[in-house]
Amino acid sequence: MEVNLWAVATVMLVAVATFYIGYRSSRLASTTPDFLVARRAIRSSRNAAAVSGEYLSAASFLGVAGLVLKDGVDALWYPIGFTAGYLALMVFVAAPLRRSGAYTLPDFCEARLGSRGLRGLSTAFVVFIGMLYLVPQLQGAGLSITRILPFPHWVGALIVAGVVVVNVFGGGMRAITIVQAFQYWLKLFAIAAPTFVMCALFIGDGGISSSATTGLTEPYPPTFTSATKIDVRTPVILQVKEHTWLFAEGVVDDGPAQGSTFWAPGDHKVGAGTQLHFFQGSAVPVVAGAPADNESWLRPVAGTSDLFLTYSLILATFLGTMGLPHVLVRFYTNPDGRAARRTTLHVLLLLSLFYLFPMLVGALSRLYTPELLVTGQTDLAVLALPTKIAPGVLGEILAAVTTAGAFAAFLSTSSGLVVSVAGVLSTDVLPGRVRDFKFATAIAGGVPLALAIVLRPSDISLTVGLVFALAASTFCPILLLGIWWRRLTWVGAAAGMVVGGVLVLSALVVHTISGYTGGWASPLFAQPAIITVPVAFLTVILASLATQRTMPADVNRIRLRMHAPDRLGFIRDRDIARFGTAEERARLANGRHRQ
Amino acid sequence: MSRHAAGPGKHEQQPKYVEPPTKPRRKRVVLADSRAPVTVLRTVVELEEQTSYGEELVRQFIRIQLRTAVRMWGSVVLVLASLPALFHFLPHLSEVTLTGVRLPWLVLGIAPFPLLFGVGYWYNVRAERNERDFVDMVEK
Repeated sequence: MEVNLWAVATVMLVAVATFYIGYRSSRLASTTPDFLVARRAIRSSRNAAAVSGEYLSAASFLGVAGLVLKDGVDALWYPIGFTAGYLALMVFVAAPLRRSGAYTLPDFCEARLGSRGLRGLSTAFVVFIGMLYLVPQLQGAGLSITRILPFPHWVGALIVAGVVVVNVFGGGMRAITIVQAFQYWLKLFAIAAPTFVMCALFIGDGGISSSATTGLTEPYPPTFTSATKIDVRTPVILQVKEHTWLFAEGVVDDGPAQGSTFWAPGDHKVGAGTQLHFFQGSAVPVVAGAPADNESWLRPVAGTSDLFLTYSLILATFLGTMGLPHVLVRFYTNPDGRAARRTTLHVLLLLSLFYLFPMLVGALSRLYTPELLVTGQTDLAVLALPTKIAPGVLGEILAAVTTAGAFAAFLSTSSGLVVSVAGVLSTDVLPGRVRDFKFATAIAGGVPLALAIVLRPSDISLTVGLVFALAASTFCPILLLGIWWRRLTWVGAAAGMVVGGVLVLSALVVHTISGYTGGWASPLFAQPAIITVPVAFLTVILASLATQRTMPADVNRIRLRMHAPDRLGFIRDRDIARFGTAEERARLANGRHRQ
Repeated sequence: MSRHAAGPGKHEQQPKYVEPPTKPRRKRVVLADSRAPVTVLRTVVELEEQTSYGEELVRQFIRIQLRTAVRMWGSVVLVLASLPALFHFLPHLSEVTLTGVRLPWLVLGIAPFPLLFGVGYWYNVRAERNERDFVDMVEK
C-alpha cells in the first residue's frame, strides 16, 4: 500500500486539534461534576452538534457508504434507522429522562424503581454495550490506517484508543463536549466537500453514459476500471457471474493456483494470502451473499428472508438509539427537559444533513471502486474512491480529507463511549473520585482495544447493527415503560433485561462461531431484533404484572418529577449528592444554590 | 428546584446570630430566585403533596403527552415500515424512474429525512403547548 503523505498529515492535524481543544478547555475543568456532566452550561445548538458529533461513528462515516456499495438500496435503512432512532428518543424519552435527574442508565433504573440490584445489572449491560460498540470503531481505525501507511491493523486502533484516553484524562466531559461539536462540523466538511468535488468530476466526465464502467441499471456485474491486483487477507467465497480469466497465486478452490486461471460462473473459494490479478474490463466477482449484478443491486428487498431482515434492522435501529450509553449521558448536559427536547430536534436536522453524502459516495463507488467487493473490505469505499475518481494530487488531497473525517469519527464516538463507560464504572464500581474516573478511563479504553485486535473484523455497520439490537432489547423496554407505564416493577425490568440480553448475546455467539466455521448460520443471527425486542417487552410487562407488590411506593412522585413541565420546578438532579468526595461535594455546595 | 431553594436560604442566615469561634467561611447567600414563580400556588402544593386531585391532574397530563407522542411516532413508523413491504409486493414500483433516479432510491435516500425532522418539529410544538396548557391550568 503506497503512503499517502497528505492523509498522514491531515490525520495528525485532527489528532493535534483534538488534543489542543481538549487541553484548552480542560484547564476549566476541575471538579468531578465538571468531568462528568460539563456543568450543564452548554448551549443547545452546541450540545446538538456535540451529540451528532459523538453519534456519527465509523458506522455512519465509512459503513453506510460501504454497505450501499455492497447491498445497494437496502443499505439505506441504516441511515434512516440511525436518524429515526433520535425521533423516538425525542418523542418518548428526552424530556422525562432529563427531568428525572438521572445521569446514567443505571442511575435512571435506580431512581425509577428503587433497586440497587437492578442498578448493578444495568451497570453490567452499559459497560458491555459500550465496550462492544467501541470494538468496531477501533477496528475501523485499524482498517483505515492500513490504507495510508504500511502498518498492520492494530496500529490504527492503538492510536485512536491512545488519543481518546489521554484526552479524557485531561478534561473529561467538558473538554469532550467542545471537541465533539468541533468534530461534527469536521466530519460534515470531510464528507460533503469531497462528495461535491467527486460528483462534479463524475458529471464533468459525462456521467454514467460516457464512462467505461457498467451502468448502474444494467443487469451485469460491475467491471474493473483498470488492471487490478488484489490481496485476499481472509478466506472468502466469491460469486462469479461471467466467465473470467485472471492470474492467481495462492489457494483457489481448495487447490494451489499459480498463473493463469479460468473461472466459470458459480461460487469460488479463495484462501487467505492469495493474490488475484484482474484485467481491465473483466467482471468483478462479489463476495457471496451480496447482489452480484447492478440491476439487482438497484432494487430493494429480493426475497422474504431479506424482507424479514430489513424489518429486524428497522426495529433495532429505531428503538436501539435510546439505549446507547453515550447518547443518554449527553442529554444530561441540557439544563432542563425542554432544552433536551430542542437539542434532539437540532440533532435530527444535523443527522439528516450528514447522511445524504455517504449514500452518494456509496453509489459512486459502485462504478469506480468495485475491487473492494472482492475482498469484502467495502468499508474502505469512502477512503478509496477519491484517488480512483481523480488520479493525481487532487485525488490524494480528497482522500486525505475523507481520511481525516474518518479519524474524527473514530475519535469522537470512542471518546463518548469511553467517557460514559468510565463514568458508570467510576461511580458504580469504584468510589467515584477524580482519580477513579481516570483509572476507569484506562479500563474502558484498554479492554475494547484488546478485543479489537483479537477479534476478526466484519462490516462495521453489521456489528453496530448488532449493538443496536442489544440496546433495543435491554434498555429500550425499561426506558419506555419506566417513563410511561406506572406499573413497572424492578423485577419485571430485571427479567426483561436478562432475557433480552441473553437472547441477543447467544445470537452474537452463534453468529461469531459461524463466521469462523464457514458461515452456516442464518443472517437473522446477525440482526435478531425482530425476535428479541418483542420478547423483551413481553417479559417486562408480564413479570411486572406478576410482581405488583414490589412497585416502588413513591412512584407517583417520580412520575410527577419526570413529566411536570420545567416551570413548575419539580426537576431534581441526582448526581450532585453522589459524585465526588466529601471535600469536592462541600466545595460544590458552597456558593452555589442552584445546580 | 427554585422553591426548594427558599428553604436552605433561611438556614444559611442562622449562623449570623451565633458567633462562630473561628472565622466563618465565605458563603454566597441567595434570598430569592428571580426565575421562580413569585407565589407558592395552591395547586402546585396539591401536586407536591400527592392529593388525589393532584394525582389525577398529573395522570391526565401524562396521558395527553403520551397520546401526542404515540400518534406522531406511530404515523412515522407506519409510513416508513410500509415501504419495504410495498416494494416487495409491488415490484414494478422499483422500475419507475424520476429525473434519472429510480424511485426506491429517492423514497429511501431523501424523503425520510425531511419527514423525520418535520414530525420532530411538530411534536416539539405540540408537547410545549401541552406543557403550557398544564402550567396555565395549575397556576390559575
